[in-house]
Amino acid sequence: MVRYIVKRLFQGLPLLLVISITLFLLMMNIGDPIATMGGRTITRQSDRERLTRQLGLDKPISVQYLYWLIGNDWTKVDSDGDGIPDNYGTRHGILRGDFGTSLVTRKPVTELIGERIPNTLLLMVASEVVTVFFALLFGIYSALRQYSVMDNIMTALLFIAYSMPIFFVSLMSMYIFAVLFKKWGLPYLPTVGMFDPQVGKTPWQIFIHMILPVFSLSVTYFAAYSRYIRSTMLEVLSQDYVRTARSKGLPRRQVVYIHALKNAALPIVTVIGLDLPFLLGGAVVTERIFAWPGMGRLFLDHVSRSDLPVVMGILMLVATAVVVFQIITDIIYAWLDPRIRFD
Amino acid sequence: MNNQTPTLSELADDLITPPLTLWQLGWLRFRRHKMALFGGVILILLFIFAFGGAFLYTEKYANFNDTSQRLLAPSAEHPFGTDSIGRDILARTIYGGQISLFIGLVSVIIETILGIIIGALAGYYGGVIDAILMRITEAMLNIPTIFLLIVMAKFFGGNVPEIEIAGRVFSGSVIVIIVIIGATSWMYLARIVRAEFLSLKENEFILAARATGTSNSQIIFYHILPNTVAPIIVSSTLSVANAILAEAYISFLGLGVMPPTATWGNMLESSAKYLDSAPWLWFFPGMLILLTVLSINFIGDGMRDALDPRSRTI
Repeated sequence: MVRYIVKRLFQGLPLLLVISITLFLLMMNIGDPIATMGGRTITRQSDRERLTRQLGLDKPISVQYLYWLIGNDWTKVDSDGDGIPDNYGTRHGILRGDFGTSLVTRKPVTELIGERIPNTLLLMVASEVVTVFFALLFGIYSALRQYSVMDNIMTALLFIAYSMPIFFVSLMSMYIFAVLFKKWGLPYLPTVGMFDPQVGKTPWQIFIHMILPVFSLSVTYFAAYSRYIRSTMLEVLSQDYVRTARSKGLPRRQVVYIHALKNAALPIVTVIGLDLPFLLGGAVVTERIFAWPGMGRLFLDHVSRSDLPVVMGILMLVATAVVVFQIITDIIYAWLDPRIRFD
Repeated sequence: MNNQTPTLSELADDLITPPLTLWQLGWLRFRRHKMALFGGVILILLFIFAFGGAFLYTEKYANFNDTSQRLLAPSAEHPFGTDSIGRDILARTIYGGQISLFIGLVSVIIETILGIIIGALAGYYGGVIDAILMRITEAMLNIPTIFLLIVMAKFFGGNVPEIEIAGRVFSGSVIVIIVIIGATSWMYLARIVRAEFLSLKENEFILAARATGTSNSQIIFYHILPNTVAPIIVSSTLSVANAILAEAYISFLGLGVMPPTATWGNMLESSAKYLDSAPWLWFFPGMLILLTVLSINFIGDGMRDALDPRSRTI
């Protein structure tokens, strides 16, 4: 098992390396970071040259990538522009945990991302819990009453939910639960931000601010998972061992939840595990609409300001999360299914 | 009286149903799929709306802004209302629909070509080519598409010149968006095609083709590819929905098609600001996107059932 994990990790590394090179090449045309730096316009040509040199942007792309990857503290860099390398660099490179410094805010990237990650994780975990809970509920119910009126209605509704773009769900839910509810004098939900600055960052404030973004993030996944769980359950329910369990007179509850669900859980866990990091993609749009201070919004803000270190940092973090979740899913799969052996 | 009873040989002719091709069989099954037919009707109506609507309003009218007419609620003169600089939303949803549907269809053509080529090469040749192509596919799948779209929109965006097709001027960003959607969505199709090729190339008819000295490209395109058409068509159909969504997402984030060229996506871009004061700004384009995606998903679902070679029901 340990050997398998180590092997998978080492397989993941070259993949991440290829991803990082490709993304770095794509970054080269992202725009001029100096043009928008710190919100000021740099007009003097000499200032511009000095900044370009200090940030290492005058180097060829291969050298920039190398410095980004393994740092530049092992080589002397030219800091005063006379063409002679004088001091050792200060960067350690992403491989040694140094994501670099934001070109816009001059703060370390790890600090910027670190501030935002908990907020994004909060949204993601909450929406995953909501999604899985309701998808199990609806999926199992539909499977047990296949082709009933309720099942047909639900299938149609789930199809609509599945086709809903996240921004449309977000705008609709904001309009209904915030604007219309307010108009009708009902208790309404807040739409933007994470808490009301006048009240402060209390758990209750965060909770009510979370409802709409979590709802928007969950709708599409909920629909997809419900359909998936329904078809997996139907498949399992037609298996011989379920018929055996039924015919020996076990209570229905036990047949459904022990014999069927336990076996259906296997593919369901796989899909959930593999999808989890991809929720980050949905978070980009959701966080933008609801002004949620998470990583997705950080990404959008810094893409528009051509801040390479932050953008690369977030992208690599996401890519790593995908690789790690693939490995975790494999491990859980082996743990759930004793037939699978890695050696 | 003449005896009308058919002879035995005539009877046999009647009993043997003519063999149905995959398409005839598929159509027979597709017709039974109520939801898919419903989706087809909705999609045709949407096409009539987007392309037939052009006879009601000119494109000039769709891009005509009159700030004294801004943010008007739906009325007889402006059935869908006006936007923040006084353009008629109905006219813009018509012309935006043309662009959105166009982007959806053309980017899927690019996606399909890329997916088929990469999947076919990997599946047919195997070995090093397969390993390299599949690592690239994996690398692409490893980053959520929206991030890739944003980064690529930044990379290829910037100042793209306007282009003129059939006497109409489009923002060059339309082409950019088509290319980047095509370039970021071929991975699933490539995997499907590869899997089909892996199993099909082991068949005797391929061995026979090889033995008669058929070239590799002949085998790939004339002997194997036609056998993989059904899954490719299902996957491509569903991809049109995803491409239209991708355009909407990227334009919603302000990185997509640039104004004045309208798309359903970029009409939504600034509408969140008018959430409470002008809901018609986002409701109509959003609803049209939802209807398009929904109808394509219905059709794709029906096609999947209809073209499944393992299914034996007629």
